[in-house]
Amino acid sequence: MTAPPLLELDDLHTFFYTDTGVARSVDGVSFSVGAGETVGVVGESGCGKSVTALSILRLVRAPGRIEPGSAIRFEGKDLMTLDEGEMQHIRGNRIAMVFQEPMTALNPVFTVGEQIAEVARIHGGMSRKEARAKAVEMLTLVGIPAPEQRAGEYPHQLSGGMRQRVVIAMALVMNPALIIADEPTTALDVTIQAQILELMADLTRRLGTSILLITHDLGVVAENCSRVIVMYAGEVVEEATAVELFGRAHMPYTEGLLGAMPRVGGESERLATIPGTVPPPTAWPAGCRFRDRCPYSWDRCEREHPPLYQIGAGHTSRCHLAEEPEHRNHPHPPLAAQRGASAA
Amino acid sequence: MQRLLRDPRARVGLVVLAVVALVALLAPVIAPYDPSAQLDIARLHGRPPSLAHPLGTDPYSRDVLSRLIHGTRISLAVALVAVTLSMTLGVVVGAVAGYAGGLVDTVLMRVVDAALSIPRLLLLIIVVALWGDVGVVGLTLLLAGTGWFAVSRIVRAQTLVVRELDYVTSARALGAPPARILVRHVLPNVVGPGLVAATLAIGNVILLEAGLSYLGIGIRPPAASWGSIIQDGAERVSDLWWLTFFPGLAILITVFACNALGDALRDLLDPRQLASRDLTARSAPTPDR
Repeated sequence: MTAPPLLELDDLHTFFYTDTGVARSVDGVSFSVGAGETVGVVGESGCGKSVTALSILRLVRAPGRIEPGSAIRFEGKDLMTLDEGEMQHIRGNRIAMVFQEPMTALNPVFTVGEQIAEVARIHGGMSRKEARAKAVEMLTLVGIPAPEQRAGEYPHQLSGGMRQRVVIAMALVMNPALIIADEPTTALDVTIQAQILELMADLTRRLGTSILLITHDLGVVAENCSRVIVMYAGEVVEEATAVELFGRAHMPYTEGLLGAMPRVGGESERLATIPGTVPPPTAWPAGCRFRDRCPYSWDRCEREHPPLYQIGAGHTSRCHLAEEPEHRNHPHPPLAAQRGASAA
Repeated sequence: MQRLLRDPRARVGLVVLAVVALVALLAPVIAPYDPSAQLDIARLHGRPPSLAHPLGTDPYSRDVLSRLIHGTRISLAVALVAVTLSMTLGVVVGAVAGYAGGLVDTVLMRVVDAALSIPRLLLLIIVVALWGDVGVVGLTLLLAGTGWFAVSRIVRAQTLVVRELDYVTSARALGAPPARILVRHVLPNVVGPGLVAATLAIGNVILLEAGLSYLGIGIRPPAASWGSIIQDGAERVSDLWWLTFFPGLAILITVFACNALGDALRDLLDPRQLASRDLTARSAPTPDR
């Protein structure tokens, strides 16, 4: 019997009630993150990754709503049952978030020291002076040189990589159990990306923090995550360990993502793409949501929404190929590509 | 501030306003005569500008220069206080409406819409007509109370932009309570456009006060404001032109200075300008390690 996971999402539904209909952005997502574990969530834009992240902290704004029946269990409590004051205590204290764009994630009118100190003042009840010392300590921890001086500077005086270090420092002030990192390196240069990821890996090893790493960069996932969750159209479509996923991806969507990755020494000149786009969340197709873009789809995919099939130890896939693997032998151009060709 | 001073419009505006403010502050010192004293009703009755009375005298034998200098006090004080009050109100209402959204936003903005649909001058005349003599304080409050509608709209629009920015979400994700987010993260980033509107509004309020006083429902005699001096000379423009010309010139110059400064501020706080500043900041980045 293993200890319960640190974070467990159980059938999370987050819907947005817009003028054009109900957008089922997150539509029945379940997964867990263990203590000290780094879990990756990958998927295209619009697949529900970021809304899932915001839902965990219950930061979804109207017209968005987390539907009843969803459970977000964290450290033995269901966050859905907490009131707003209790949630404020969780946010920044036990669960912190790192955002994608370090330029806009910092308030331009305060010094970075003040912004880090603010977290310590809200949750740690520290005096102004203690909080300032804490800010300098955090800047040192995230490897910013001359932290005393940097603490007095404004965000626009720092480079993108430094700003992201500051954002990470803000997240780490209260030594949270979980950090949700929403595309933390997307806006950075490749060399800086590596530094930031290395920094996060190093800090979590030392502090024992769990990370939920949301990204569309499979390279980032391969290097950092023990387990990977692939999302598509508001659902989890495949979950496996990183090694398993990169070696034996099952769901055709995951295969497509892997095939679209640039490789050093690759033979093809053009990168492979997945034809078509994610359908709008107000109208997910019945049956398999990836059907139109899938090279293996057959009539069953139109009729029947696939469940998550168990296809190996800790490996699940939302694809009927689990039951009828023979269809893999008959690839065809996806419907989306056929439509694109006839339209052109 | 340094970049503001590089703009010639801002320099001219600031210098003129500084002089006007100085005149207002030092009015009792620099005014050659008591502004309401009737000096010599027989010999100084409506005399044209002379060495002893550079801007002439009015039909009650009062020195127009002294009245103009003291009028600066009232006109400027009324404008500054009214604009400060209405800006504060406008910024608070706009930020609350924009950040809270939902029903709060709808109710506040419909009230503002309704208020904006009534011409301000008409509203002021109605109120003054109903209440009669409102005095300087009453007039100031009235100007403040009718001046915040447009500002609240501007600030609300800006708040709608700012509240979606990552640092606001970030502050929420770090557990900051809503009031704290509003005060620390939203307000400082939305006052810019409000400040521009305020500078432009000072000119507008000076004009309004002058207009009301001219209509005889603003500052009452014997107290002098720029508008009430013009009112004194309104019926004698053909022969006693100095009664209307000099206060009019004072209004023109002051309003012009306010608008020049406001324009300069607006260009400075323009988002595109901010973007280009960020670009220059990025082109000379601090090394990451």
